Amino acid sequence: MSFMLGITPWPAVSALLWIVLINAALYLIRNTVHKAIQAAAQGLHRSFRMASRAVSRSETNLAVRNRDVLLAAGREAKERIIEREFDRINETVRKDLANYSALHRSLSESIGRIEKDHQEAVDVPPDPPGWVKAVEAVADMDAKDGRAHIGSILTDIHKSLVKAHKEAMTAYHAASAKRHKLLRHMRPDWRKIQQTLAAVGKNVDSLLSRSVTIDRHMQEYEDMVHGHDRAMSVLSSSSLVNFFVSAFVLCIAIGGATINFSLIARPMAEMVGGTSLIGNFRTADIAALVIILVEISMGLFLMESLRITRLFPVIGALPDKTRVRMIYITFTILFLLAGVEAGLAYMREVLLHDELATSALLRGDAGATATGEYMWITTAAQMGMGFILPFALTFVAIPLETFVHSLRTVVGLMAISVLRALSLALRLLGNISLYLGTLLKQVYDLPLFVPLWIEERIAKAEARSASDRGLRGARL
Amino acid sequence: MKRGILLTLCIFLASCSSEIAPRNTGVYMLLDTSGTYAEELVKAEQIIRFTLSRLDASDAFAVARIDTGSFSERDIIAKASFDDRPSAINRQKRVFATQVSEFVESANPAPYTDITGGLLQAVEFLNEKGTGSKTILIFSDLKEDLEEGYVRDIDVPLDGFRVIALNVTKLRSDNMDPREYLDRLNAWQGRVEKTGGQWRVINDLDGLEGLL
Repeated sequence: MSFMLGITPWPAVSALLWIVLINAALYLIRNTVHKAIQAAAQGLHRSFRMASRAVSRSETNLAVRNRDVLLAAGREAKERIIEREFDRINETVRKDLANYSALHRSLSESIGRIEKDHQEAVDVPPDPPGWVKAVEAVADMDAKDGRAHIGSILTDIHKSLVKAHKEAMTAYHAASAKRHKLLRHMRPDWRKIQQTLAAVGKNVDSLLSRSVTIDRHMQEYEDMVHGHDRAMSVLSSSSLVNFFVSAFVLCIAIGGATINFSLIARPMAEMVGGTSLIGNFRTADIAALVIILVEISMGLFLMESLRITRLFPVIGALPDKTRVRMIYITFTILFLLAGVEAGLAYMREVLLHDELATSALLRGDAGATATGEYMWITTAAQMGMGFILPFALTFVAIPLETFVHSLRTVVGLMAISVLRALSLALRLLGNISLYLGTLLKQVYDLPLFVPLWIEERIAKAEARSASDRGLRGARL
Repeated sequence: MKRGILLTLCIFLASCSSEIAPRNTGVYMLLDTSGTYAEELVKAEQIIRFTLSRLDASDAFAVARIDTGSFSERDIIAKASFDDRPSAINRQKRVFATQVSEFVESANPAPYTDITGGLLQAVEFLNEKGTGSKTILIFSDLKEDLEEGYVRDIDVPLDGFRVIALNVTKLRSDNMDPREYLDRLNAWQGRVEKTGGQWRVINDLDGLEGLL
């Protein structure tokens, strides 16, 4: 600094001289510097833009992949639902409509019986007596004709007629009673037909409602196959909901597993020792953890064998006989492990009492060692928990499957968001670098305001003189 | 993927194979049975029970008395290296407490006080056990009184040991000239720290929480 201020005897003059020199130098290289700044800014801008485009392409590819994954998962789930619906229809048809021929025969028999009864119940009026016409002829005879004994004949005829009428009425009543009896016999057949038809109608209604459900599912499945946006949005939102719900249930399951762990970790020290370590962890803790993990694994295999979950396609594809064997084996192992846990829970209680008794002895408080009358309740509760929790943990497989499937989508969505933000940030950086170049050029010009002002004045003067020359030339 | 699995396996094997320093605790307690101090043994029993309640699997504990010649295994009243299994530990603790109680009930005052010999015995015992932390509790007034012929003018190797003096009662002469008491404490502190040990005095037996 002293050297710079010492080029003339007067520091102020030296400084001024330096300023002039530097200004002149900066002015001379101004265009070059501007070009360099511009080139650098544009270079950065293009690089950032290129990077942004690359990230955008990755985001697009990921979105396509995510869409494919989502649609594939949706299709798979929908296929399972449709398959289940068809199974139910099959079951209904097998159970209710398989005996349709017997039903038909029963209906035909009932109808035949009704027809027969109906034929027999037709109302047959009693035949009129053949001598009625004779009576009528006699009745038409005139008394003046001198026919004798007509009155007595008519009396006899009347008597006969009354008798015949009585007989006819008796026969009529008997026939009516018979018909009513036949009609009464028809009633159970009518009821049976009515009930049979109602059952058939119910089954048919059930089939119709299932067919409507299948139609709806098929429509959704077709939407998925064609990759419609509506199907995508439905799948995406349901996937997010599934993710959070399954994560919540898994958290509960982790809580259960922790309780389970605390139940068996302490007594496990009795089996494998309390001080041996694997790495930095107690062997007893690791053993307890392994038991719980084996239980969860067995639960997974059991659920897989029962075809409730489909995490392992190999198990699902096993022959039914092998699969059923696997169900029995996994359930047996699970049952044995649950029994072991119940035993360990009992052991824990025994150890706890032992430890309490020892502590009381060491404190000199012998009275505290007395065991409560109802302590068996806690022991039984612990044993019960030790036995039930392994089976409860079996059901972890269901939320786990949902979590794993929805995780792919959620991670994909998160990655897309991150890539989108990165792309935006890169584009922003590209624009910032471009405007930064312009700003740097302006900042560079800031100390050169004097030569730039002079340059501007000269340029204006030259422009004015040029226009004057132009005007003069025009006048001439 | 394969590299990741291989790396994880290597880390796991390395963690398994590396030697881990023992984390167990070894405690050796010396009980002064000389003269009137024998009356304080009831307090010592409380401390022993407290110590027992704080010890766990693989820990080692021994209680020995200080008498005329304390550098001897015969002076050990009770000792135990606690088992791995919790049920066995509880059994050992109960047996230990019973042994100490029987000793306290039948203890006879010793004519001399060989603290240095007891310390040497404690160091030998704890080194043999190889515990991670080594603590020697001295339940005494720290007034050493050797019988003629016993040589104890030797440095006790106490590097890595914590020596805690408990219930250091004041003698009648200390009351007359407190400098004797302070000199006695300073002398023991000097001896312990000279060979690398840590020294501490606890006279308030209600504040034993930080003992181990």
